[in-house]
Amino acid sequence: MTAVRVDSVYKVFGRRPEEAVRALRDGAGRDDVTKHGTAAVIDASFEVAPGEIFVVMGLSGSGKSTLIRMLNGLWKPTSGTVEVGGADLATLSAKELRTVRQTSVSMVFQHFALLPHRTVLDNAAYPLEIQGVGRAERTEKAMTSLELVGLGGWEHHLPSQLSGGMRQRVGLARALAADTDVLLMDEAFSALDPLIRREMQEQLVELQHKLGKTIIFITHDLNEAMFLGDRIAVMRDGRIVQIGTSEEILSDPANDYVAQFVADVDRTRVLTASTLLRRPAAVTPLTGGPRQALHAMSEAQVSSAYVVDRARTFRGVVHDHEVVTAQRAGAQGIEELVHPLETVSPDTPLSEMFGPAAGSTLPVPVTDDDGRLLGVVPRVALLEAMVPASADDDATTDEGTPS
Amino acid sequence: MTLLASSGIPRLPLGDAVSDAVDWMTTTFRDLFDHVKDALLWCYDLLEAVLTTPSFWWVALALTALAFFAKGWRLAVTALLGFVVIQAVDQWDNAMLSLALVLIASAIALAVAIPLGIWTAHDDRVSRVVRPVLDFMQTMPGFVYLIPTVLIFRAGVVPGLVATVIFALAPGVRFTELGIRQVDKEVVEAGHAFGASDGRILRQIQLPLAMPTIMAGVNQVIMLSLSMVVISGLVGAPGLGQEVVGSVQRVNVALGFEAGISVVILAIFLDRVTSALGDRSSIARASKASA
Repeated sequence: MTAVRVDSVYKVFGRRPEEAVRALRDGAGRDDVTKHGTAAVIDASFEVAPGEIFVVMGLSGSGKSTLIRMLNGLWKPTSGTVEVGGADLATLSAKELRTVRQTSVSMVFQHFALLPHRTVLDNAAYPLEIQGVGRAERTEKAMTSLELVGLGGWEHHLPSQLSGGMRQRVGLARALAADTDVLLMDEAFSALDPLIRREMQEQLVELQHKLGKTIIFITHDLNEAMFLGDRIAVMRDGRIVQIGTSEEILSDPANDYVAQFVADVDRTRVLTASTLLRRPAAVTPLTGGPRQALHAMSEAQVSSAYVVDRARTFRGVVHDHEVVTAQRAGAQGIEELVHPLETVSPDTPLSEMFGPAAGSTLPVPVTDDDGRLLGVVPRVALLEAMVPASADDDATTDEGTPS
Repeated sequence: MTLLASSGIPRLPLGDAVSDAVDWMTTTFRDLFDHVKDALLWCYDLLEAVLTTPSFWWVALALTALAFFAKGWRLAVTALLGFVVIQAVDQWDNAMLSLALVLIASAIALAVAIPLGIWTAHDDRVSRVVRPVLDFMQTMPGFVYLIPTVLIFRAGVVPGLVATVIFALAPGVRFTELGIRQVDKEVVEAGHAFGASDGRILRQIQLPLAMPTIMAGVNQVIMLSLSMVVISGLVGAPGLGQEVVGSVQRVNVALGFEAGISVVILAIFLDRVTSALGDRSSIARASKASA
């Protein structure tokens, strides 16, 4: 089950688009076909699952805006198929296409695209008006979606009386009021101030959790892509060069272009503890004695051991000198010797791991929701992760910290 | 002929060709032209009756009220003073005849110009064809239209009206096209993206957003109509134009000035009222609300 399926889609603007597609299929580059037309999108294929946030990222001219406009039929692909909710858009009549737009796909625009002569409420209700919903019902639904985006009380204002962030909230409320499964967002936050943008991104993620919409988000901002995207498609010169989760793109860029692109990203916000997870050197059971603990430490040649109970729940650490002292004093257990240690979850971004890492010289323990020890993140791994990965391996060694 | 022959370029019988074409049209479409003539005369007679049958005060106060609702008391007072001046120089009836001609010609011109402007805004090919035609219509001296229209419709009200419609049409088309083309592409795209039909997008997005520009076109059409209606006095169209033409023929400075000043007052009234109506469009009010 997919919400949106795009299969080897080409879009060429110009005089002889079909010939351009034929040449591109035969391996011609974008620059080789300029005599036939401008190849905006070349051989794009991807599937978006229901409830996913799929981000298409690329610089201007990469074809991402053209791509998103083919997902609701504003542009027709020169070749290839686009399916939304199982319906192949190319086979639909103009009327059926309008119905799909009314009921299945809505859109949020970069410059908001509100009707300046209508109130906030009438703007939010506009898709419902197009659907032919009666006034009372559409007012009620529009009010609900305005409240959802935090604009309750502003319904009688005109768009021009609102700030940029609020206007885009109206744009979002309008798309939500349409109550479609798929939401297309075309550079929706790019025209906003950075602080407002962050706020809107967080609100979008929150709304998506609440409503479970399928969101296809276009952006040129990698940080935004990394923050929002369950998966990211990186576009360059009309082609999708890589599709993957933000971590995959960061840690394993498909080519130099992607590597260069991700070089500037704030990696600590994207990478999480799970990417750096290592096996802890020494683990000892809580129920075992001092002898067992010391054995584990000497085997691993370390001076501390992580202590877990029978359910592998993390309890803390013991240090060798204390265990030795206790053993000499004839202690049978190690329970009194266990020091608590701050833990993180596998989803914790690196940016939030520096605190725990600074609090102790030991690798930071990573536990799951039930408190079970999954592994540890050594401080050196944390530091290493800050260095951008490169498709060129030599660069990594040059810049990498010696281990 | 000898003089022309010296340039080596033969005499092009362009004027004869047009003249023949007009003759041909006059005979071929006689019935059609007669119907057009009857219809225009009927409209004119009706409007003339409405504007001239009641006494000066009734009509003047009605127009003053229109000025008040369009703009406010300041324009209303100015308009009323102007009307009193027209009445005082004994040109009121003529002014009303001219107003009737202006209203009919403008209404017809706009009925053609606005749909044509919408069409040209949506279709580049149509726009490319229409634009030079409009250039021609607008720059050809207005008097020239009077010649064939007199041949076709005989002297009187109708040739003046037809010539006025042709002369005043162009800005209506141009402004409508410009206004619609200037509408934010993204907003139109939003209409499409939410599944609106082309008709709905035109009605609810393009026309409202283009309205200030279209109203500027309406204003231009009316002003051009007034100037052409006066010129139509040459072919016997009634009203202020006939007074102006008569005063020129008799070298009557006094009459010329009185008729002229009446035209000016009527022009100011029409201009202010129509531009004030433009400011009352929903989009103009919306942008004012934010200021």
